Amino acid sequence: MSETEPLQFRDPAQAEQLADRLETLMADIDEPVSLMHVCGSHEQAIAKFGLRSMLPDGLSVRMGPGCPVCVTNMPEVDEAVAIAEQGATVATYGDMFRVPGTKKSLADARADGASVEVVYSASEAVELAAANPEEEIVFFATGFETTAAPTAAILDADPPANFSVLSAHKYVPPAMEVVAEMPDVDIDGFLAAGHAATITGYGLFEPFVETYELPIVVGGFEPIDVLLAIERLLEYVRDGKAGLENAYPRCVSKAGNEQALETMWDVFETVPGEWRGIAEIPGANLVLRDPYAEYDARRRFDVEPVDDGPDPLTEQCICGDIMAGKADPDECDLFGEECTPSNPVGACMVSSEGTCKIWDEYGGHPNL
Amino acid sequence: MTRDTTESDQEFVTLAHGAGGGAMRSLLDELVVPQFTGNGAETGNDTLVGLPELDDGAVHPAGEGALVITTDSHVVSPRFFPGGDIGRLAVAGTVNDLAVMGATTPTALTCSLVIEEGVPTADVERVIESMAETARQAGVPISTGDTKVMGNGEIDGILINTAGVAYVDREQPVPDAGLEPGDSIIVSGSMGDHGIALLAEREGFDFTGALESDVAPVNDLVNVALDAGRITAMKDPTRGGLANALNEMAGKADVGIDLTEESIPVSGPIASAGEVLGIDPLSVANEGKVVMGVTPEDAEDVLAAIHTVPGGEDAAIIGQVTDDHAGRVVVDTGFGRRYLSEPEGEPLPRIC
Repeated sequence: MSETEPLQFRDPAQAEQLADRLETLMADIDEPVSLMHVCGSHEQAIAKFGLRSMLPDGLSVRMGPGCPVCVTNMPEVDEAVAIAEQGATVATYGDMFRVPGTKKSLADARADGASVEVVYSASEAVELAAANPEEEIVFFATGFETTAAPTAAILDADPPANFSVLSAHKYVPPAMEVVAEMPDVDIDGFLAAGHAATITGYGLFEPFVETYELPIVVGGFEPIDVLLAIERLLEYVRDGKAGLENAYPRCVSKAGNEQALETMWDVFETVPGEWRGIAEIPGANLVLRDPYAEYDARRRFDVEPVDDGPDPLTEQCICGDIMAGKADPDECDLFGEECTPSNPVGACMVSSEGTCKIWDEYGGHPNL
Repeated sequence: MTRDTTESDQEFVTLAHGAGGGAMRSLLDELVVPQFTGNGAETGNDTLVGLPELDDGAVHPAGEGALVITTDSHVVSPRFFPGGDIGRLAVAGTVNDLAVMGATTPTALTCSLVIEEGVPTADVERVIESMAETARQAGVPISTGDTKVMGNGEIDGILINTAGVAYVDREQPVPDAGLEPGDSIIVSGSMGDHGIALLAEREGFDFTGALESDVAPVNDLVNVALDAGRITAMKDPTRGGLANALNEMAGKADVGIDLTEESIPVSGPIASAGEVLGIDPLSVANEGKVVMGVTPEDAEDVLAAIHTVPGGEDAAIIGQVTDDHAGRVVVDTGFGRRYLSEPEGEPLPRIC
C-alpha cells in the first residue's frame, strides 16, 4: 500500500492488499508466528469481519488478558453480590451483570430480590445516587484504564454521600509482563489496545519493549487498522527486532491524556491482584487511595463473602488458558455445551469482549 | 431485601427464557409443547401446521379452505416510543404473524387488555386509538376482547394480548420451514430499526431523533410478493432480529444460508447507534419487516414487486440458501466469512 493512499476503514480492496503483504512477510519469515492482542474489541473486530480467514497459514493472532470482565476474579463478584444482599443497590456495567461468582451472579442476586441496576457509565451510577438519597448506591467498577479514568473523575468531583465504589478496576501493562514471562507462552509480538492507549499513551510500553525484546504495535479497531497493525508487527518479526510503534495515530499519542492519567493516579493506587484463571499479578489491581476511603465500598460495608469453593464445573473451565494465549475456546470441553451465553460457566462466555462469547457468536475458525 | 433461598434447589424461569433463542426453545420443548400437542389427537382435530412446528401461526382445515390462527402478548417499555406505541405494536404484530403465514387478508383480531391501576386513562385512550388506526390500515376489524385491571405493581403498566384469524385457501399458507437450496433470501427493508430505536430511547441516549421504530402492518407488502413469485418460507424478524429468524429457518429446513453483509440494508443512523451501543442491528427486533426465501427464478420479480409497496423501497436480496453448513448462517463481510449466530439473552450494552 502506498504511503499516500488514505486508509478506507472498510475497504476490502485495501484489506486484500494488506493480506497479500502478510503472505509475503510470512513467506520471508518461513516459520510459525504467534501474535497476541490484549483487547476484547480487537477480538470482536477480528471475528466480526472474518479477518482470521484472511491470515496466511502459520500466523496465529490470539487473545490475551484483554477483557476486563473476564479477568474479574470470582471473589470480586462475590463481594458485589454480598453488598447487594446487604440491601444496597449495586450498579454495574451490563457486561458484568451475568458473570458468575462462586455461587451466583448479580443477575441471580437480583432474581432473588436484591437491588441491582445496569448502568452505562460511572456518572449514571452517581445520578442514581443523587436521585435516591435514602439508598446506598454502590458502583461495582470494572474495566481497564478506559473506565478507571472516568471512575476516578467521578470520585474527584465530590459525589453524593450515599455513593461508593467497589473497585475491580485493573491495569493492563503488568498483565502483559506476566504473560510474556509465562514459560509455555510463545508470543512474537503484542498488538496493544488502542482504547487503553488513548488514556495511557503508547510511551508507557517503552520499558516493556526493552525488557522483553518484543515488538509492540498499538492498533485501532477498524478491520484495516487491525490488518495494518499485524503487518507492522510482522515486519519487526521478519527483521528480528523489538520496537514500539503507534498504528492508531488518529486517537493515540505518546503521552496519552495527561489530565485523565493524573486524576486516575490521584484516586487509585495499584496492588497485587488475582486475575481470574491467570495468576496473581503484581501492581495490576486498582484500589482507592486513603484520601478517598469514605467512598470505598470495601471499607463502608462489612464484606466477607463466604468462600466455600466455586461451582465444580468452573474447575473444567479453561478461560485462564484462553486469556494467556495457550488455548482457543473450542478446545474447552464446556464450550457450546455446558457453557453458552445464556448459561455461562466462565466470564469469557458472558461479556461481548470475551473470547468465548465472540467465538460463539461469530465462529472462530477461518475455513467457513 | 432478599428472598429466602434456602430451598432453592428448584429451577426458576429467568429473563433468558423470554429472550428467544435456545433457552426459550428448551422451555417450550420441555414444558409446553408435549402437553398441548396431545390435545389434537384426543379431540380428533387435525392441524395442517400445528404447535410442534413452532411457526408464526397454526393452520387448521376449515371446510374447503383453512383457518390460520395466531396470538401474541405485548409488553414494551416505554409504551410510547419514537415511531409507534404498544397499541400499534399489538395490532401490527398479530397482523404480521398472519401475513408471514401467507394469510394477508385477516378476518378478525381480538384484543385482551390488562391494565395496572394508576395508568393514566389518557394513555389508555391513546393506545386504543392507535390500535384502531393500525387495524384500519391493515384492513381488519377488532371484533372481540376483554379488559382486566390489576393492582399496583402486579403487572408493568399495560399488557395487550391480540389474537388473529384468517380464512385462506388450503394451499396458501407459507411455512417458515420450507427453504430449499438455491432460494434467494429477500428482506423487505432496513434491519434493526425497532430494537435499536427502543434501546436508545429506553437508555436515554439522544441520537437527535434519527431513530424510529419501523412498527407497521406488512400484509399488503406480503400480498404483492406472493402474487409476484413462489415464496418457499417466510418470517417476520421480530425478537432476535434477522439473526434469529434466519437461524430458525435454516435449522428447520436443514439447509445453510450464505449472506453478503454489504447487501443487507441497515440505515446509517441505526448502524451508528448500534456501534455506539455495542448492539448488532441484525440481532434486534424489527416490527414492520419480512424475510423470505424465494425460488431463484422468481427472486427479481418478487423484489421488484416489493419495491412498489410503501415500506418496501429498501428491500434487497441479501443471500442464498445452500447445501453447505446446514443449520447455520454464514456472512461474507467483504473481508472474510463468519457466522451470524442466534442471539441469546437480552442485548446488554458493552463496557468499553
